[in-house]
This record gives sequence, structure tokens and C-alpha cells, in this order.
Amino acid sequence: MLFGIEWDATNSWTLAVSIFPILLHGLWVTLQATVLGFFIAVVLGLVLAVLKAAPTRLVSWPTRLISEFLRDTPLLIQLFFLYYVLPEFGIVLPAFLTGAIALGVQYSAYLSEVYRAGIEAVPIGQHEAARALNFAPTRTFTHIILPQAIPRIVPAMGNYLVSISKDVPVLSVVTVLELLNVATIIGDRTFNYLVPLSMVGGLYLIMTLLAAQGVKRLDMALPKTGIPLK
Amino acid sequence: MTEPIIRFEKVVKRFGDVTVLDGLDFTVAPGEKVTIIGPSGSGKSTILRILMTLEDISDGVVWVGDEPLWHEKAADGTLKPASEAHLHRMRTRLGMVFQSFNLFPHMTVLRNITEAPVHVLKVGKAEARERAMGLLDMVGLTEHADKFPYQLSGGQQQRVAIARALAMRPDILLFDEPTSALDPELVGEVQEVIRKLAEEHDLTMLLVTHEMRFAREISDRVCFIDAGAIREEGAPEELFTAPTEERTQDFLRAVLDDG
Repeated sequence: MLFGIEWDATNSWTLAVSIFPILLHGLWVTLQATVLGFFIAVVLGLVLAVLKAAPTRLVSWPTRLISEFLRDTPLLIQLFFLYYVLPEFGIVLPAFLTGAIALGVQYSAYLSEVYRAGIEAVPIGQHEAARALNFAPTRTFTHIILPQAIPRIVPAMGNYLVSISKDVPVLSVVTVLELLNVATIIGDRTFNYLVPLSMVGGLYLIMTLLAAQGVKRLDMALPKTGIPLK
Repeated sequence: MTEPIIRFEKVVKRFGDVTVLDGLDFTVAPGEKVTIIGPSGSGKSTILRILMTLEDISDGVVWVGDEPLWHEKAADGTLKPASEAHLHRMRTRLGMVFQSFNLFPHMTVLRNITEAPVHVLKVGKAEARERAMGLLDMVGLTEHADKFPYQLSGGQQQRVAIARALAMRPDILLFDEPTSALDPELVGEVQEVIRKLAEEHDLTMLLVTHEMRFAREISDRVCFIDAGAIREEGAPEELFTAPTEERTQDFLRAVLDDG
């Protein structure tokens, strides 16, 4: 029994049918972790991208160093660090939140590079026209450069969204009951790993295909010339 | 002679090891229409880009009116490098039309024109809109106000860009090869707008172009620049018909044979 739902281990088929709602619980946690992690990555990634491009090296170099560090160390180490080290400094967060933050922080480093590429792809003439019209640098960034950069980076962003969902199982090591963790618990108790793990693979496949489809549609819906301002 | 509105004083511009402007002295009177011609790489566009503060200077002083553009006067009267606030204030006097138009592709034609007046000059939206429509009328594009730039031809886009620059009410308008990126059949409509501006406004105009006939028609004065300094200047009739410098003669022979 898990989440108050009993399973029927008579044979593989009855097991599959009976654990499906349990796995959906796990899937729901996985989705939440993905979305929250992605949200953190999208926001923090933009902040990192802006700081990396800062005119003063006092800001840009440390940011680059941090970003490089985040990309070049395993997610698991970062997760353990947040989960076991932060409490030593009095910061105790629920496992789920710790996991989502770990995902978000690591992926923010990847997304900052995506932002950078998108921002650099906006022609230099756009910066020059904005300067000639005397826009403040902040307004130039938020209203002229960014709306043109975002449509260019949607496909890459979508790929990272899928990547994050595939990294969520790492959170099982800090007791988050995401999809894979739920499946292995069922396996441990029924001595049948084949059925739950196969179902996890199938659910991941469906989820990933749907996400890819969604990103594709979003990409086609966005005008290539930039997000129109009314 | 009236006080010049633009004055380059021994201006040097280097890009790495390359010296683009080599002690340039150059003045423009208020309301004057000046065309700069010369071989590519001679520093023509650099002059405009320095004025628009897109490119800084390596040495010398540039004056706009009675204020230095790239410097500020310190308390003791000496010049120190300009702050961003100073550049911001100085830029309000200048406008620029680019070779590649550089319209904002995600904004309608109208918004392209009103965006800076509303958010930089803090003009009311209704007023900015009304003035933009007036400018669109001047460049003959009122019916395109709600279109996006990609829906317009190059010539139409450049006319919008001219309206956009004028909406900021500059004293000085810089044209950096405004027709070079256009298909030949679209050059005329843009030149027509610039010609009308030159005839009807007391705006100071500085034009870099390869269209010699057009330069001749609209300029009060033509400057031939080569290797980072002005080699010859004068009224268009004189410079085009009887250039005295050998370099000018060679250049004009080459470009006029071409066209």
C-alpha cells in the first residue's frame, strides 16, 4: 500500500492496473518538481546572463565562475550539499523544495548560456538604434532586445525543460517521492521491478513527447521577429 | 560666420592598430547640409558614429554647439571624459538614420515612432501619436501605421526610420548611407523624402553617401575624405566639376564611371 492505495500482485497485469494510480501520484510530484525547477532556472538564468554581461569585471567574472562551477559539478553533489550542509547553517528546507532548488540552480547556469546566445543573436543595429533614440540601457534590454531574443531561444528552453524532468529521479536520494522513487518502493515490496519500472519508462516517454510537441507549437506560434508590443 | 554646430578638433580614432581618423578638423554650420564622400574605409561613417556616440574618440575634441560631446568641463575648466549622463543629454540633439534601417521588428510602424518620444522625452501618448501620424504623412506612409516592419519594402522601412528619428526633434540629423541597402528602384522614394527635408527644414544634415548625383543636388557643401582626414571640400558644383586635389579627381573618376 502506498498513498492509501492497495495493489493487486496476483499477476503482472493486475499489478500494472492497480499501481497505475499510485504511479500517477509520483508523476504529479515529478511534474511539480520539473515546473518549479524550470521556473527557478528561467528566472535565475536570466539574472546570471545579465550579470555575466555586466560591464564591470568585478561582477561578470565571479558570475562566470559560479556558472561554470554549477555546470561542471554533478547535480547529485549540489543536491547533497543543499540537503546536508545547509541545515548546519540553520537552513532546513523540505526535501521537495531542496530538490527543486537544486534542479533550478544547476539549470540556471545552462539557461544563462541559452539567454546569452539569444541576446547576442539580436543584431547590433538594434542596440545602436536604441542608443541613438536615447533609450535607457534597462529599457533597451527589456523592451527592445529581450522581446527579440526570447522567440529565438524557445526551442533550446524546451529541450532543457525536458532535461530537467529527466533529472528529477535524482531527487529520490533525498526521499522525494517522485515517479522513480514510487516505482522502486513498489518493486521493493512486491519483488516485481519489471512492471513498475517499465511503466515509469512509458510515462516518461509520453511526458517527453507531449512536452516536445508543446514546445514545437509554442515555437511556431511565436512571431520570428520578436514578441509584439501593443 | 555663425558659431558652428559641429566642430571636430584634431580628432583621432583608432581601432586597435588601425587609425581611421587622423587628426580630423571639420566644422558644420547650423542648418547646413553637408555630404561626406570618399572611398570605403576612409572614415566617413566613423564621423557620424562618433557624433551619435556609438563610437568614442581616441584623441581630440568634438564640439556640438558650445559643449564638448565626449568630454565634460571640469570645475577648473579642463576637459574630462564624459559621463553616461552627459552623453545622454547630448544625444537629445542628434538623430541618426542607418544604412540597414534598424527598425524594431516587434513593434508596429506607429510604435516604432512613438516609443522613444513617450518613454525618453515623456511626451503624452496621444500627443506622440498625433505627431507620429503627421510624420508618417510627411513620408507618405499613413496607411501603414499599424503594420509591422517586415510587411514593408526596404524603401518604406527607411522612410519610417527617418520619421522615427525626426520624432525626437533633433537639431542634427545624420544619414549613414541611407540608400545603400535598397534595391535600385526604391532609392528614389527615400531620396525624395531626404530632399524634401533638406529644402523645407532648417535641420542640420550630415549625409554619407555613394550617390554622387544626389549629394550634388541636396548639399550646401561636399567634403571629400580619404585616409582619415578631409582632403578637399567645397560647394558641390566646384568639387564635382573642378576638383583640385589629385585624390579627389581619381575618386570621382572611379565612382562616376561606375554610375
